[in-house]
Amino acid sequence: MNTRRAVVEIDKLWSVFHSRGVDTVVHQDLSLRIAAGELLSVVGGSGSGKTVLLRQLLGLETPARGRVTVLGADASRMGRAGAASRVGMLFQHGALFSAFSVLDNIAFPLRELKTLPADLVRDAAMVKLRMVGLEASAAHKMPADLSGGMVKRAALARALIMDPPLLLLDEPTAGLDPGSADAFCALLKSLHQELNLTVVMVTHDLDTLLALSTRIAVVADKHIVAEGTAAQVMAQPHPFIQAYFWGERGQRARALLHDSSKAG
Amino acid sequence: MPEATPTLTLHTRPTGRCAVLGGCWSAARLADPGQWSKISQTLVLAGSSRGVQWDLLALTRLDHTGAQLLWNTWGRQWPMQLQVNPAQQAMLQRVARFSGAELRLAPMSIGQRFLKLGEQLWLLWDHLLGLLALTGQLLLDLLALVRSPRCGPWRDMSGHLYRIGATALPVTALVGFMIGIVLAYLMSRQLRQFGADTFIVNILGIGLIRELGPMLAAILIAGRSGSAITAQIGVMRVTEELDAMRVMGIAQGYRLVLPRALACAVAMPLISVWTTLAALLGGMLAADAVLGVTPAYFFATLPRAVEIGNLWLALGKSMVFGVLIALVGCHYGLRVKPNTESLGQGTTASVVTSITVVLLVDALFAVVFKNVGI
Repeated sequence: MNTRRAVVEIDKLWSVFHSRGVDTVVHQDLSLRIAAGELLSVVGGSGSGKTVLLRQLLGLETPARGRVTVLGADASRMGRAGAASRVGMLFQHGALFSAFSVLDNIAFPLRELKTLPADLVRDAAMVKLRMVGLEASAAHKMPADLSGGMVKRAALARALIMDPPLLLLDEPTAGLDPGSADAFCALLKSLHQELNLTVVMVTHDLDTLLALSTRIAVVADKHIVAEGTAAQVMAQPHPFIQAYFWGERGQRARALLHDSSKAG
Repeated sequence: MPEATPTLTLHTRPTGRCAVLGGCWSAARLADPGQWSKISQTLVLAGSSRGVQWDLLALTRLDHTGAQLLWNTWGRQWPMQLQVNPAQQAMLQRVARFSGAELRLAPMSIGQRFLKLGEQLWLLWDHLLGLLALTGQLLLDLLALVRSPRCGPWRDMSGHLYRIGATALPVTALVGFMIGIVLAYLMSRQLRQFGADTFIVNILGIGLIRELGPMLAAILIAGRSGSAITAQIGVMRVTEELDAMRVMGIAQGYRLVLPRALACAVAMPLISVWTTLAALLGGMLAADAVLGVTPAYFFATLPRAVEIGNLWLALGKSMVFGVLIALVGCHYGLRVKPNTESLGQGTTASVVTSITVVLLVDALFAVVFKNVGI
């Protein structure tokens, strides 16, 4: 795995927030390497800094110390022009532009290039719309008229419109019913394989985690306490891992892992 | 790693004409204006001639947009001769599979446009009914407040009083002062022609106290607080706070509309008086400078020139303006739909409507009370 090209390299990252004269350290010497083609899940308790980690990758936060390198460039360069062709981000609540129809939302990054003809842009957006499993009739709906699952799909289509090699997911199945969550997981899995994406996912949901991840990184105590396959991580003695994987839901998690290893 | 610029060249080989693609055919690279004009021209040429061989093997990258471009050039069917590697094949197949006729929205027919016009009229009617209902609800809430004043939303009201009234004092004073100066200067030129310099007191007194003071204050408050009321309530709709209130059984009229309307009703006459005072001060100083009408004379003449009825009229009018501004602001705020565009439209409509309503009602006052104070 480690011989493959690294898409993301985090080296001794410190994230510090200042508020009312008090410094809150979120990450302390956090290092992580993500290779091309991986589907890495970041798990951790509430407030452990998972979302801050994603924001660091997107260049929305600045490291207090250390370096974050994404696709060979410093993460602070992510938000510049052309960012959509480097990284796609699926926000937790979709973050669709409420004033635009679904099709216009998906086509937005392509339209911003200003050169491509309108027909081509619409066709390309329609392909992405169908690729994420939306009906053609959804194209002209407004985001307010969509169900939670459809919002996630439309937002995913928008994240993928420029075919970025790296996709970031923030709680992709949060707020979906188990059926929709399973369907969305299946979609993510097939897209990951088909489009040859590198995916970084933050999730709380154990089912999603075990169904999708090729590797899991556990954030606790301000750094990565364990990383590896589900089985490797679950064997670690760290109290958070014990509580998360072997707590109340342990039975179910073990059953799932058993199933997936049989299927694999 | 810099990606190669996309290229497209037409060769003539012994087997026939051949289109050779090279470089990176991704959306970002294709959209480069210099490249795009070249490639689109060659594509039209290659697409129009039949039996062209397509060679994609030299491509470093092909993304969905590039594949879509090719697919559209091919007339949405596979070309006769195509050389691709498996990854490109998969990409093109995906585009072919998901490409299809888009459901276009049919343009509006003349009949539909006509009906749309009627819809606009109904909308106006709907707004009127909504405002009426809001006013009725406000009266009922007032009644409830009078019956049990201890349970009134007094904390909310005092907050709004501060925000609508106290924080508006500097801007209203400034505007009033300036208008007073301008008015006195303009009038002085005309009055001097007739030698009627001393009538500046009458003109400023009646004009500012009866009309301009309340109007200026109302227009400023409509722009300042009317928009704030709409935006505040509108964001509560967007963040589902309004739904939360309803679920908890908290009456929106009593907790949102009543405190704002009361605060406006109390603050508006006070601001109106404040603005008028500032304008009179400006006018007095300007009159002193231009016409030599001393402040002492100004103070002595003002009570004789302006009947006390004018002041009562101005106060009453301002109170009505205040209630109307709050009602219109609340009305549009409560009608905001949970999206950003609707919030912007609602706020704009609120300010425009409240200023219009204030002007209309002012004209009504002028007609009805034409015998008062003059």
